[in-house]
Amino acid sequence: MHPTTETTLEGNEAVADVAYRINEVCAIYPITPSSTMAELADQWAAEGRPNIWGNVPLVMEMQSEGGAAGAVHGALQTGALTTTFTAAQGLLLMIPNMYKIAGELTPAVFHVAARSLAAQGLSIFGDHSDVAAVRPTGFAQIASASVQEAHDMALLAQAASLESRIPFVHFFDGFRTSHEVNKLKLIADEDIRAMIDPARVREHRARALNPDHPFIRGTAQNPDVYFQGRETVNPFYARLPEIVQTQFDKFAALTGRQYRLFDYFGDPQAERVAVILGSGALTLRETVAFLGRQGEKVGVVQVRLALPFSVPDFVAALPASVRAVAVLDRLKLPGATGEPLYTDVVNALAEHGSAPRVIGGRYGLSSKEFTPAMAKAVLDELGKPQPKNHFTIGIRDDVSHTSLDYDERFEIEPDDVVRALFFGLGADGTVGANKNSIKIIGESTPLHAQGYFVYDSKKSGSRTVSHVRFGPRPIESPYLIRSAGFIGCHQFNFVEKIDVLEHARRGAVFLLNSPYGPDEVWDRLPRPVQERIIEQNIAFYVIDASKVAAESGMGGRTNTVMQTCFFAISGVLPREEAIERIKDSIRKSYGKKGEDVVKKNFAAVDHTLAHLYRVEVPARSSSRLEMPPAVPPEAPDFVQRVTAVMMAGAGDALPVSALPVDGTYPSGTTRWEKRNISDTVPAWEPDLCIQCGNCGFVCPHSVIRSKFYPDSRLADAPAGFKSAPINARGFPETRYTLQIYVEDCTGCGLCVEVCPARSPREAGLKAINMRSKAPLLEQERASIRFFEQLPVNDRSRVDFSSVRGAQFLEPLFEFSGACAGCGETPYVRLLSQLFGDRLLIANATGCSSIYGGNLPTTPWTTNSEGRGPAWSNSLFEDNAEFGLGFRLSADKHLALARQRLEELRPRLPAGLVDEILNAPQLTESEIRRQRQRVAALKSALQGIDGEAARDLLSVADQLVRRSIWLVGGDGWAYDIGSAGLDHVLASGRDVNVLVLDTEVYSNTGGQMSKSTPLGAVAKFAAAGKPVAKKDVALQAIAYGNVYVARIAMGANPQQALLALREAEAYPGPSLVLAYSHCIAHGIDMRQGLKQQDLATASGHWPLLRYNPALRQADRNPFVLDSPRPRIKLKDYAMNELRYQMLARAHPAQSEHLMALAQQVVDQKWETYEEMASRSGAHFHPDAGLKTQ
Amino acid sequence: MDLSTNYMGLPLKHPVVASASPLSESLHGIRRLEDGGVAAIVLFSLFEEQIRHENEAFSHLMASGSESFAEALSYFPAAADYRAGPESYLDLIRRAVEAVDIPVIASLNCVSDEGWIDYARQIEQAGAHGLELNIYGIETDPAISGGEIEQHYVDILTTVKSTVRIPVALKLSPFFSAMGHMARRLEQAGADALVLFNRFYQPDVDIERLEVLPSLELSSPGEIRLPLLWIALLHGKIAPSLGATTGVAGAGEVIKYLLAGADAVMTTSALLRHGPSYAAVLVKGIEHWMDAHGFASLALLKGGMSHGRIANASAYERANYIKVLEAFQVPPV
Repeated sequence: MHPTTETTLEGNEAVADVAYRINEVCAIYPITPSSTMAELADQWAAEGRPNIWGNVPLVMEMQSEGGAAGAVHGALQTGALTTTFTAAQGLLLMIPNMYKIAGELTPAVFHVAARSLAAQGLSIFGDHSDVAAVRPTGFAQIASASVQEAHDMALLAQAASLESRIPFVHFFDGFRTSHEVNKLKLIADEDIRAMIDPARVREHRARALNPDHPFIRGTAQNPDVYFQGRETVNPFYARLPEIVQTQFDKFAALTGRQYRLFDYFGDPQAERVAVILGSGALTLRETVAFLGRQGEKVGVVQVRLALPFSVPDFVAALPASVRAVAVLDRLKLPGATGEPLYTDVVNALAEHGSAPRVIGGRYGLSSKEFTPAMAKAVLDELGKPQPKNHFTIGIRDDVSHTSLDYDERFEIEPDDVVRALFFGLGADGTVGANKNSIKIIGESTPLHAQGYFVYDSKKSGSRTVSHVRFGPRPIESPYLIRSAGFIGCHQFNFVEKIDVLEHARRGAVFLLNSPYGPDEVWDRLPRPVQERIIEQNIAFYVIDASKVAAESGMGGRTNTVMQTCFFAISGVLPREEAIERIKDSIRKSYGKKGEDVVKKNFAAVDHTLAHLYRVEVPARSSSRLEMPPAVPPEAPDFVQRVTAVMMAGAGDALPVSALPVDGTYPSGTTRWEKRNISDTVPAWEPDLCIQCGNCGFVCPHSVIRSKFYPDSRLADAPAGFKSAPINARGFPETRYTLQIYVEDCTGCGLCVEVCPARSPREAGLKAINMRSKAPLLEQERASIRFFEQLPVNDRSRVDFSSVRGAQFLEPLFEFSGACAGCGETPYVRLLSQLFGDRLLIANATGCSSIYGGNLPTTPWTTNSEGRGPAWSNSLFEDNAEFGLGFRLSADKHLALARQRLEELRPRLPAGLVDEILNAPQLTESEIRRQRQRVAALKSALQGIDGEAARDLLSVADQLVRRSIWLVGGDGWAYDIGSAGLDHVLASGRDVNVLVLDTEVYSNTGGQMSKSTPLGAVAKFAAAGKPVAKKDVALQAIAYGNVYVARIAMGANPQQALLALREAEAYPGPSLVLAYSHCIAHGIDMRQGLKQQDLATASGHWPLLRYNPALRQADRNPFVLDSPRPRIKLKDYAMNELRYQMLARAHPAQSEHLMALAQQVVDQKWETYEEMASRSGAHFHPDAGLKTQ
Repeated sequence: MDLSTNYMGLPLKHPVVASASPLSESLHGIRRLEDGGVAAIVLFSLFEEQIRHENEAFSHLMASGSESFAEALSYFPAAADYRAGPESYLDLIRRAVEAVDIPVIASLNCVSDEGWIDYARQIEQAGAHGLELNIYGIETDPAISGGEIEQHYVDILTTVKSTVRIPVALKLSPFFSAMGHMARRLEQAGADALVLFNRFYQPDVDIERLEVLPSLELSSPGEIRLPLLWIALLHGKIAPSLGATTGVAGAGEVIKYLLAGADAVMTTSALLRHGPSYAAVLVKGIEHWMDAHGFASLALLKGGMSHGRIANASAYERANYIKVLEAFQVPPV
């Protein structure tokens, strides 16, 4: 046995570590929760880390998982040891190649962080829906339950695959295992070599395509032989279980860790046995052991080789004493006789002739918790005379009554395991500090450590909850902490919003980061918190971490302070030892950054101990503060019953009946969620304001609204309501108000940056300035209430063509959870303002689908007439086609409506039909008139009986022109959806495409796309992207009949507005590429608009419009809207981390790439200039726009 | 004609030196300076504080948005071996020393003792021929006395001198109340040269936008008076070389400085205005003047007009000020 290293890793790294060391080629595509595996492989390759064969694997990011699977297939067919990492829809895109790879008996392992599939809604979280969907492909399936197992099975699957020639899916639970940090024993290189037989590798190579001894593989077969050909593989599958067990045994001899195809845990005489695979098996193992100690005859079979399912091995694993078996599946097959593991077990027992009662049930979909209490309920069910079959556990199903009841109070966790919960903000470093603590304890003490981190559904102001365990034995508890001995609350305002002590056990330690000292803090706590502290006899500590950090020279970084507090009072290590270890860790982490950084951190540690106070807890609560309701009482019924429960973090308690049956949710729910995530908000100076509308135009969160109204309305205004005379001509006695929705503001400051109006008297004062929110809050609440009573300005009186005018258009996209200062959402909001009441949006998966559609609250909303954007997300790859479907449907139903109108002409008011059929619908007033006609039509139809009238009524709304937009990021438009987008643009249909171009995969964390610029660093381009970004604009222009624009709000908001309106008005396909600054650029987001301006000024992002309508008028359709580059590319680029990183890591490479990038900019500009100076005749003509 | 001089122990073929400026920020610029004819190059300054600030910004941006959202726990490839210190500066020194035949003098500004020691050592190891300490800053704290500031200069110099063996120059602020005494103290602390004087950014105010404008304009010939005065006063009285900087527009200013006693005359403004090749014009100008005035070597002219060498030494003293004032005629309105 080789010496092993113990370390702490998250599941993804544990798997990637093995896969990387074995394979030669890795072709991937990022998808949550698997992306980290590929990113690590790429990082290691970039660092030159060799595999066990002594070379550095090739890691290739592809344009989609379909592409990745193709590349994997090709590499395998030509003899390379090849792997991939994926999940969910990604795995589904690989299915066609998986059939081929298996059909050709090709050894390979696909590592899958198993995840839910998008059905009634997308979910990034873990279950086995994806792996179940690939069961028919011919891949074997092996399941891991823990970080250690995932590490081990990654090797065992590979070894068995090479031995058997059967490809494997190795899967483990997305997030629960892929993202759990745990202590594990690393497999030594020698042990990997001992498991991977080089002879088998050479056989794999020998089977490869090779022109030196050619053959043909991949034939087309006919009815005469295809069937028999399918049956040829049977012996390979028949041998597989034995091969896998042999590998397990060999591995056990090397490492001491013994696995079996079906591992049985529990009483050898068990009567009730559960069967399960994945992380839930650990919960059952723990529960069975606990119940066994209480004399219950229970057991669990943990399935490792899930496919092929070896009947004899399964039957052999079951104790003969078994009377009832419960099979648990982590997925749902609607309409099936049962889920896959259940049907396998039923079949196995039936084929074997065994007769225990078998029930099956579902648990844990989309990372739903599976706790010992639930495990116990399943085992208890087996003891009933008529146990429920096809049950569910972990939810309350009050519709089909499938669910089992369970006792939430059932706890089995031993006292010698330290269980700690930490509540923090994403931005405050809580998770990072906890990961560091786990490393400190897991790697430098004999203790075991586990960490699991729960994140928010919002990208700005997001909360994190860290679940951390330390104990003397390996920690195999894959569920959240329900009974914590330590609670750390790193943000004081959380205690006013969420029940941070819900899971505090009796006698727990509660650490609160508080600006109020030990004498004052008690009176600042809400009553329920005080009561919980008293009832649970909680030891209550406070520290003013911000103050300590500031005094130690750490600025606002409180993580070291809070971490020190945890070590000082949690008792996980003796205090002195703990402090010493923190300091060791600081030295390791910051040593390279200089002695002064180390010193500051040391000072923070020492200051912390001097400023950590225990609070004297009174015997009685005295507070009058109550936890506020999640939503105000005026919120609609659904929001009260469902949305508010989710917002309060209690969505697990919602019964099945509370939820929509088909994934349909009401629009506009963000307005009920006042998140109050920023302490500073803009404040308006009416006297300075020039009413230009710039601030509202760029506001990513739609918190700046403008209205004008008769000054008589001010009679009812609350004191302090701000207004100014409108400064436009033709509006006598009219006031103007710019209202800030302070509770929804993220504090990004873009509005202040863009404000052109400065005080001539007070230095630095603009017409809008960031101010502390607390003193403004009550006033602004009253002002907002009044502002909302003011009528929304009549759209037909608003000048759509100017930024100044557009501010009066009501946003129908508001308060999204996008990052503070997001560069995408201002465009999205503008769409909603311009076309919102007739807007249909097909949204590709990505940032915009997450901030646009992630529950609990969503930002797309309605106007006072109840109209607003109709929004949907299909997938990542198909958005262009999905949106085209909207168009086809609209065209079809418009044609139907027109046909029915003609048919019903004799029965309808004279003139109405012709007016409707011939109505122009370009301007807002024309659209309004058409709406009035359609309303008259509907009214008339009410009085007409007959199928044609009812038919027309059902489609009459289509007579008002619909605005169909296909929205997505560059990952969609340049990569995975590129072919579809190309096809849709070539269709000639009237669809509008808005590409929110961040030049990188933003939502999945910064992977390179084909939009990533030359010289920029991204994941999978750590050495800087060597190829220039694809010029999608020129590609689309080449069709001749596509309206194309490139816009950047920060460079020219007026041009952005113009382009969106032209695109919408153009009755053919339109493509608008919108520069979107992004957190993934590594910038101070407050400077986002400035960077947009520099991007244009440098020629990196020239503004342009190509309008085929001009070509039809024999004019040059290509217009360059930005002047010649006036700065060098580097003067824009080097303000961004994505470029700076390369300059710091590889200065020569950076210099080289930047020089090339400058050349590209120069040449591109020449091309554009030449195009802009052609006559119209030099552009492709097209056949016109009569495609409908 | 012998224009050679010795500055801080470094033999120079003539006294015209490029002072710290953007011209020396790249190897290409350094080569241009040499080709332009300067006798030595003081590299642009390495600012410890700036490096720290950039590192902090870098770390902040690297971490920004991380560990906040389940799908994107980071936004950049893991930091491998990123340059967190003065590596690129040191790299430039190494490449410059290899690329040019004239002395390369590094320039350093630090805010901590560790910084002075650490960076000075690394600069020496990178091969710089000399080091100029650019102790740059305006003490705004009313609690700090002049004596403390003087001691601070001496301490820094002592620290650096105990760290490196290459010659060390000190670029001085003009705001010492007893410049001569200060020069003496720096001499005792081991200074190999004193550079007179540092110019400080003196901000302007935009009266329309009500903003402070942190601008620095190129120096003008009128600014040579103060350094000229002190070079003349110090020449021959202290051992360290004297470097003159500020206000060189043409050969005239260079000659004035040399006459006052400068061992080397530095310029940035003239080279920025006219390009690096202007150095050769300056040298040519010195030669013409020396030729016209019968000086065969620089040694003969250097310090010829210094305080110790001229008959009417009071011209450099307070009496000079009174005389000037007396002679000043209010122009007619």
